Amino acid sequence: MVDQVTAETGLDASKQQAQQRRRAIGLALPLIAFVLASFVAPLGTLLVRSAYDPLVADALPETLALLRAWDGTSALEEPVYATAARELLQAREERTLGQIATRVNRITSGLRSVVTRSARKLRNASGDSWRETMIGIDDAWGEPEVWLAIRSAGERFTFRHYINALDFMRQPDGSIARQPEERRIYLPLLWRTLAISLGISALCLAIGYPIAHLIAHAPPRRANLLLLLVLVPFWTSLLVRTTAWIVLLQTQGVINNLLVVIGLVADDGRIAMIYNMTGTFVAMTHVLLPFMVLPLYSVMRSIPPSHVRAAASLGATPFQAFWRVYWPQTLPGVGAGSLMVFILAIGYYITPALVGGSKGQLISNMIAYHMQTSLNWGLAAALAAILLVGIIALYVLYDRVVGIDRMRLG
Amino acid sequence: MVSTHDNYTSTPHVEFSGVSKSYDGRNWVVRDLDLAVHKGEFLTMLGPSGSGKTTCLMMLAGFETPAAGTIHINGVPVGDLPPHKRDIGVVFQNYALFPHMTVGGNLAFPLEVRGMDPAEQQERVARTLRLVRLEGLEDRRPGQLSGGQQQRVAIARALVFDPELVLMDEPLGALDRRLREEMQYEIRRIQRTLGITVVYVTHDQQEAMVMSDRVAVFRGGAIEQAASPEVLYEEPERAFVAHFIGENNRLNGVVRTIGDGVCEVEVGDALVKAVSLGQCPPGAAATVVVRPERVNISLGEGRHSYANEFDAEIEDIAFLGDHIRLRLKLCEHSGFIVKIPNVVGQGGVLEGDRIRVGWTALDCRALQPDVDDEGEDPPASG
Repeated sequence: MVDQVTAETGLDASKQQAQQRRRAIGLALPLIAFVLASFVAPLGTLLVRSAYDPLVADALPETLALLRAWDGTSALEEPVYATAARELLQAREERTLGQIATRVNRITSGLRSVVTRSARKLRNASGDSWRETMIGIDDAWGEPEVWLAIRSAGERFTFRHYINALDFMRQPDGSIARQPEERRIYLPLLWRTLAISLGISALCLAIGYPIAHLIAHAPPRRANLLLLLVLVPFWTSLLVRTTAWIVLLQTQGVINNLLVVIGLVADDGRIAMIYNMTGTFVAMTHVLLPFMVLPLYSVMRSIPPSHVRAAASLGATPFQAFWRVYWPQTLPGVGAGSLMVFILAIGYYITPALVGGSKGQLISNMIAYHMQTSLNWGLAAALAAILLVGIIALYVLYDRVVGIDRMRLG
Repeated sequence: MVSTHDNYTSTPHVEFSGVSKSYDGRNWVVRDLDLAVHKGEFLTMLGPSGSGKTTCLMMLAGFETPAAGTIHINGVPVGDLPPHKRDIGVVFQNYALFPHMTVGGNLAFPLEVRGMDPAEQQERVARTLRLVRLEGLEDRRPGQLSGGQQQRVAIARALVFDPELVLMDEPLGALDRRLREEMQYEIRRIQRTLGITVVYVTHDQQEAMVMSDRVAVFRGGAIEQAASPEVLYEEPERAFVAHFIGENNRLNGVVRTIGDGVCEVEVGDALVKAVSLGQCPPGAAATVVVRPERVNISLGEGRHSYANEFDAEIEDIAFLGDHIRLRLKLCEHSGFIVKIPNVVGQGGVLEGDRIRVGWTALDCRALQPDVDDEGEDPPASG
């Protein structure tokens, strides 16, 4: 009897637990759905778009099938021309011709008009030989370039965007080579972005460390006031802060005027402090500083002042006490702050766009350009994916070296 | 435990002369303090919290600067000498072990900053760990040790560089009672083995009594009395000390006559004969203190021949194992405490009984009344 009772209560308990678990999952569902819809799905789409582009392949399936059998140099036969003409006309009907032309043009520039004009003229054309008709419309159809471009654009899965994003190019024979020096855009920009982000992280650390130390070891009232001073800019609109820097730093701005008035700088020798790398540096350091100060502050507050005193009593000079006892204990905060600032900086967009000029642009400004202006979403996606991989690599490296569980965000 | 200090050299190891300290310029934490600590002495600064004892220790270590007065170490004033040049071992209240270093690393730290060669460092670390009985724990982190072990590491770290002077700021406060008692003897043993001078801060009077050669009782930033535990207990010079060290009965009255080191104090309608320290002239108020265990009782009408004999009524009886504790009403004073040892032939008293109590004149002292008579109660000992 007794055993039965316990067994039943046990069963009840496990049932109850299962029910509780279900309820907990149910409560978390909205969040899971939100994360899926707003984070995982767009990120996934982005990654897919960087390597998958079915538009041309879907529009010109038969032409591409014939082109794949082609050796890339010899003259093409009539059937290819006939199929291409039919499918181009159909694409025109379906209003995808413009997008096809854009993609072909990205492989070899100058071909957009060849494709669109030809398709327009082919509508009224008739004849026995599509080959001659097309070459008649544009000599380019007699050369292999345009066909090679169509074939490349027709690859459903492609590393084309990555090749472009890393400043490589595909040569006519299909091999991959680096772009000539003067045409390399993205890699230098990526390096610049990395360098600027590292520089900003270092600057934030150099400025933030003493501030955090001051706040962490000040009497409570003063600490609160100082913390407020750090946080107020944090709460102010990003645009306002950036604009404030424009007012301060521009050629006719407050600082330059002041320098001219006190005679340090000649009126015609005003310093260019904005719309260049300096502007990006200054404004972004200011914007990102709280992300360094807060984790540092949180870590420093947990270090008892007796540690530094103990070090001194054991014979350590102030520098030794700092370097051997205080600094190592702040490393989790240094790591967290630097990683956070670095990751935020490497993807920063608004501030460099406003104050960076042409020299202070970062990779994300280029991504935005390809998203909004050139509409080359594949390339934008590839650049973003490269950035993402870089950041994940850094994160893993940090985890290996410091340990992510030791990171303190505040 | 009785120590005589006749072998002390003439220059004190540590000397506070006229030292004062204030953090805000208004309230004095330490007031015009004089104190000498001899070489090889175990001196405890004992007092309630806020009495200035920790501040004194921090000034000695160099973390705080006196507002007035000087501190001499080995006869040399140390005014501006920074802490790292003082060569003083300090054991902090919460140990202040470096969590990012191993036990070995913590111990080697003071040797490293002194530029000692690694082989000798290792040798010293091992030797010091043996001294505190923690052999083989070099590679542990402080976080992996028990409170008692951390305590030992903290002591070892303060000793490993062979300082002649070691300061300890309530080092046993975080330990449970049994461990604390064990560590008291342990610290005493180490201090004697090495012959070092220790200045120890605590608010626990029993701890002070167990460990110290001499105890300086602090109150309100000044020393009330500095003497060996025996002297403090037997011959308190201040009502506060009499009350703070051990348990004491206090009877307030007025001095009537003084003669030959003994005075008569009128308490209520009775006259109490007590040792006079010359603090209270005839006509002045005085507090007579008498230890509960020095009071003898007799039942019924039996007569003693004590200088002080009074009738009393038992208000309360408590059995405490080794002794029986009576609360008496005596000379209109309620709450007079008497301790009777729990031996054969004692006991047999009941609440409400009238008994006769007596004690000698030498067992009680007439002291200047405490300005703040109902001030801080001594913390429970142990």
